[in-house]
Formats: sequence, C-alpha cells, structure tokens
Amino acid sequence: MWRNRSLGAVFVLTITVGLAQAQQPNSCLDCHSALEGELHVTQEQFAQDIHAQKGLTCASCHGGDPSKADDSAMSKAAGFKGKIERAGVPKLCGSCHSDPAFMRQYNPSLRTDQFSQYQTSIHGKRQAAGDTKVAVCTDCHGVHDLRPASDTRSKVHPLNIATTCSRCHADAQYMAAYKIPHNQFADYKASVHHEALVERGDLSAPTCTTCHGNHGATPPGVGSVANVCSTCHVFQAQLFEASPHKAAFASAGLPGCVTCHSNHGISKPSDAMLGTSAHSVCTNCHTQGDAGYKAAGDMQQQISGLETSIVRSDRILSQAESSGMEVSQPRLELDQARDALTKARVTVHTFAAHPVRADVDSGLKITAKAYGEGEGALRERDYRRTGLGMSLVAIVFVVVALRLYIKEIEKNQ
Amino acid sequence: MAPLARVRNWLDERFGWDELLAPLRHKTVPIHRYSYWYFLGGITLFLFGVQVCTGILLLLYYRPSANEAFESVQYLMTQVKFGWLVRSVHSWAANLMIFTAFLHMFSVVFLRAYRKPRELTWVSGMLLLFLAMGFGFSGYLLPWNTLAFFATKVGTDIAGQVPFVGHRTMIFLRGGEEVTGATLSRFFGFHVAVLPGLTTLLVGVHLLLIQRFGISVPARIEPEWRALPQEKREMRFFPSFLLRELMAWYIALGVLGALAAFSPWGLGTKADPFAPAPAGIKPEWYFLFMFQTLKLIPAKLGLLDGEVVGILTFSLAGLIWLLVPFLDGTKRTQRLVMGAAMFVVAYMGMMTAYGYVAK
Repeated sequence: MWRNRSLGAVFVLTITVGLAQAQQPNSCLDCHSALEGELHVTQEQFAQDIHAQKGLTCASCHGGDPSKADDSAMSKAAGFKGKIERAGVPKLCGSCHSDPAFMRQYNPSLRTDQFSQYQTSIHGKRQAAGDTKVAVCTDCHGVHDLRPASDTRSKVHPLNIATTCSRCHADAQYMAAYKIPHNQFADYKASVHHEALVERGDLSAPTCTTCHGNHGATPPGVGSVANVCSTCHVFQAQLFEASPHKAAFASAGLPGCVTCHSNHGISKPSDAMLGTSAHSVCTNCHTQGDAGYKAAGDMQQQISGLETSIVRSDRILSQAESSGMEVSQPRLELDQARDALTKARVTVHTFAAHPVRADVDSGLKITAKAYGEGEGALRERDYRRTGLGMSLVAIVFVVVALRLYIKEIEKNQ
Repeated sequence: MAPLARVRNWLDERFGWDELLAPLRHKTVPIHRYSYWYFLGGITLFLFGVQVCTGILLLLYYRPSANEAFESVQYLMTQVKFGWLVRSVHSWAANLMIFTAFLHMFSVVFLRAYRKPRELTWVSGMLLLFLAMGFGFSGYLLPWNTLAFFATKVGTDIAGQVPFVGHRTMIFLRGGEEVTGATLSRFFGFHVAVLPGLTTLLVGVHLLLIQRFGISVPARIEPEWRALPQEKREMRFFPSFLLRELMAWYIALGVLGALAAFSPWGLGTKADPFAPAPAGIKPEWYFLFMFQTLKLIPAKLGLLDGEVVGILTFSLAGLIWLLVPFLDGTKRTQRLVMGAAMFVVAYMGMMTAYGYVAK
C-alpha cells in the first residue's frame, strides 16, 4: 500500500518537473530562432543537443538570463558573455569537461583529459600561438546541436570523422598557408580501410583519429608509424620488429609499414607487391644480385605456387561436386590450406624465405591431399556410371525377356 | 514331384493355398485405350517397397540426434560401400513415389474411377497420398542440413497459424517452441514407426478394396462397351497384367538407378540453429504450390489474417477433394468436378513452376 503511494508520488513529481522544464521560458531561442546566419538557433535544433538533453541551457555557455524576456536577459549584471571567441572555445569547454567531479554526475565513464590532450596537439599548439584558423572543439563536434559520438548523426561518429577532418584538410586554399598536402581524404576514400569502414560497416576499421589521435591529433612520426599500425596488425608488426628491415629502415630514415604500403591510400595488399616484377615494392630498394632481391623472388614464387595449388584442388573438387559427389570434407580441409596461405602472406614480414617456405609447405600438403580426394571422387563417379550402364543393360534384358514371355503365354491362351 | 510343387502341396494341405489364390486367377483387367494409367498404382506401390527396403538399410547407420544426424548421413554417403546409392535411391524413390501417387490420383479423377462402388477406395488412396506427403515432410528434416532445418521451421510455422489448434499442433510437431533436436527425434519417430504402420494398414485396405470391387472401367469406355459388347476386351491379372506391371517396375528401377548415378542426392551443410535463414528457402516441390500461394496472399484480407485464410482455404479444398466421389452425382456435378480437376492440375503446375523461378 505504502509502496504504491510512493510510486504514485514519484510519478506525479516526474510529470510536474517535466512539464515545468518544458514550459520554462527561453528568450534566447525566441529571438535566435528568428535570426539568420550563424546566429540562427531553433528550439528543435537545440533540443537535439546532448547538453540541452542533460539540462544545460544557453546561459551555461553564454551567460545571461533566458528567463527574462527583455534586454536584461543579455545584461552584464546577468553575466552575459555573448559570442564565444574561437580562441576561448577550448577553455570554455574544458571548464566542465576537464572537471572529473562535474562530469561524473552526467557520464562517469567520460574522459576528462580532452583539453590537456588538445594542448599537446598540433591544433592546440598553433591555437595557443595565436592561430585562429586551426580546429577548436566546435569545429569537429558542432555547436548547438552537438550529439554524442555514438550517434550516427554526430560529426565525430566513426563513419563521419574522415568527412569532418576533410572539411579543412581537403581544402587546398585553407591548407596552403600550412604547406601540408590536402589529398589525404581523397587517398583515404580509395583505401581498403575506408572500404571496410564505410562499405562493409566495420566500425573497428581505422579512420583519421585511429592513427592520428583525436583531441591530441598530430602526425605520427617516422619512428612511431609501425606502432600505430601494430595496434591492429599485431603479427605483421611483431615479425617486422624482429626482421632485418627494422634496423635498415631506421638507418635510412624510412617509416616502417608506410614505406611499402603507403599511408592514407593503403590499397588491399596483393602478391604482386612481392617479388622482383615491375609492380613489386621490393625492387624499390633491392637490386638484382643482392640477398633481399633473391629472397623476394623466392617468397613470391612459393606463395604463388600455393595459391595455384589451391585453385587446382578447388577446381577438381568443384568438378566432383557438380557431378553430385560428396566432397564437403576435403573442401573443409582445403580451407586450412587457405589459412596456411594467409599465414604465409603474414610471414612475408620476416623478409626471409625460410619461414615462408614452412607455411607454404604445410599448405601444399593439404592441397595435395584434397586434389587426391577430388581425383578419387571423379574415379568413383565414373565407377558408378559404369555400374549403372551394366545394370541398365541387365534391366533392358529382363524387360525384353518379360515382353517375349508375355507374348509366348498369351499366344497359348 | 518337383520341389516347388511339393512346397505348394504342403501349403495347400494346411492353408487351402489354391483356394486363397483363386480370386487372383479369376481377376481380370480391362483392355482399352486408357489401360496404361492402371500401372501407376502398382509403380507407386513398388516405390513404397523400395522406400521400405532402403529405409531399413539407412537405419543401420543413421543416428537421430541433432549432434550426430548430419555426420551419420555424411559417413554413410562417403565411407560406407554403396551407402551413397542407398541414400540416393531412398530420396529419389520418395520423390518419384509422390509424383506417381499424384499422377495416379489425377488419372482416377479424369477416368472417374472413384464412382460407385469405389468411393472408399478413393478415400483410402487420398489418405495414402496425405501420408506420403507426411513421409516427405518428416524425412526431409532427418539429415539435419540447413535447407531441411529452415524448411521445417517454415512448414511448422505455417501449421502453427491454423486457428484454435495451430499453436498446439506446432508444439506437438516440434516438441517445443523451436525446431530442435527434440523435433528431429519426433520426426524420426513419425517417419520410421507411425507413418509406415499407418501406411501399411491403409495399403492393405486399399488393395483389399481393389480386389473386392475389381479394376474400374473408365466412364467413357463403359457406354461404348455396352453398345458394342464384342468390343469388350480383358486380360487376366495373373500372369498377364502382373508381368506387364513387373516390366514397369524394372523400368522404374532403371530410372531410379540413373538418377542416383547421374544426380546423387546432395547433403548440403549441417544445420546451424543460430545462423540466419538462407535466402530463398523453399519446401519440397510437392508443397511448393501451397507455399507460393501463401507467399502471394496479402498479409491482411479485410479483418482476417491472409495466411490463415490461405491455410483454411487449402484445408477446405483438401476436404472437398477427399469427398469428390460423394459429390459426383448428376451430369452437372460431374462437369463441375472435371472442370475443378483441370483447374487444380493447371494451378498446381503453374504455382510450382512460379515457386521455382520466384526469389
């Protein structure tokens, strides 16, 4: 009984508070919804903002008193700050977002180091030096309709980050003063990472901030490129670290992974990148006669041999399958050969022929077995058909004999 | 005395063997331009026999559990000598049996062989056709492959739509809310015990009724023979017709062997209850016309659920079809039945073809 009354009281209180909030006057939006340009902010727009949803108002950032309908709303006495200058934006946002005690009441898991990270970023450093063109919080997160990063409509949702960065970094005119390239976004859009993220919807695929960081965004240095890639490509990075290329690249001042795979426009790696052909990346450094040149050719030959062997086994199994033979087991085993091929392609990052040969040999054993089983299935198919032919001859013989017998007995009737 | 004659004498002394076989000796089969249709019942019976024999052989290896069913069939098909042949023949014979049963049923309709006094012969035959379809539905799940699993899920879902008894029927068929190993155990039980028992009993009744009333002379031939009695021709059932039937059985055996050798029945991939249903899932061909119709019916027909209306319509049509001999009285109703039969053949043919090409 008491429990029911308490629940009823909570319900009535919730409705009353909700109605009071909904009906709270906001003179800021009354005027700004009628203004144009960057001063235009509507009730609908602001209602989408995470800050508004958490109970913050215009006055939380801009000061003033939205409950007043006259000029006193924007008076100094009411603490009105007006437009926040770009230079002041990071500090203003940081006044709440760097305060763990304050942020805990809204989202205890949210980090509070964004401002300090920003100060270490190339954006933050330039901003501190007086550059007003560099990105501040609102450039990436938006303003007045700011959504959490998990919202697909947010400018900082993984699917939208590259587009958000490109608004400045793909603008040749805007970037001219900084003398940095502006083709990163175009390259990224053609990359295997963009394909994974946008076309396949794999939100774990990298976007700009995955490699460059977000609030502390900065270009990774030559020495740390391999570390950036290794956060996902763990095995390749481990093999590279132990390979002779590690020291050679470091002494030549070459970045690890990027030297062969490029950076923003990383395309899907192919076996053609390996070996000694014109398309190979190995020949960018190695020349005929050196050990690396020989190893590159050897590794390419082995990998291509395993791939050819898989195709050959797959073809004979398909042929047997299309004849109705049951070959699901060797097909399953052939998948292990494909795994061996994938492993060999990873092992290439040792840049030595011997470990690659070990992976390839294990794959070749499987393909040889699968091919043998395919041949066996085709032999069995032929055996069945021969058996059928013989049975059909016997059946035709019996049918003819029966017909003659019927004729014979009916003649005597 | 020859050994065979001695055995016959021995049986005759004890059981009155000659007396027992006397009706067979006197049994005759009419000879006319439609006589070929008489072979269909016998071929269906032969295919049922093939099903029983191959089914028993399959039982030697088959294990009816969700964990072992697929693997046991796979083992049978790849490791057991002639296991592939037994399974392929079993599967092909099942389909051919339903096909010849349908042909037999339509031949009986178009020759009006169901007319008095053979009404119960028709009813027992129709019940046998329903049982054959039950064999097909229950047997389809037994290899526990992906297609069978989802087709059974769809099929039992449809059964669950029937008003009042649908949900209980679905639970009874599935052994729970979902298609699981419990469903497999039940379907196995239906397939190897319940349905064979009922079928054997009904086949006995069907044959007994045929023996009692003899082979029907088609309605079109009867007046011709009445007008010209000298035109009436008959052959003795034993041995003339039986030997001809034997020829048909041999040919059916050859067709079965050819299908098994050139197009062995596939196994597919093992069912994964947690995987999404593959696109374009379809039932066996003999359920396809109903399935396709249910797909085409709008979700709502006025206030009624479209699928429920479809199921009730098919149930009602099945019941009317079962009672056809009792409706075929006057010239007008005879014409109506013929028209309906032609419509049913065309509808089933077109919907089945549409079901195959539709995505």
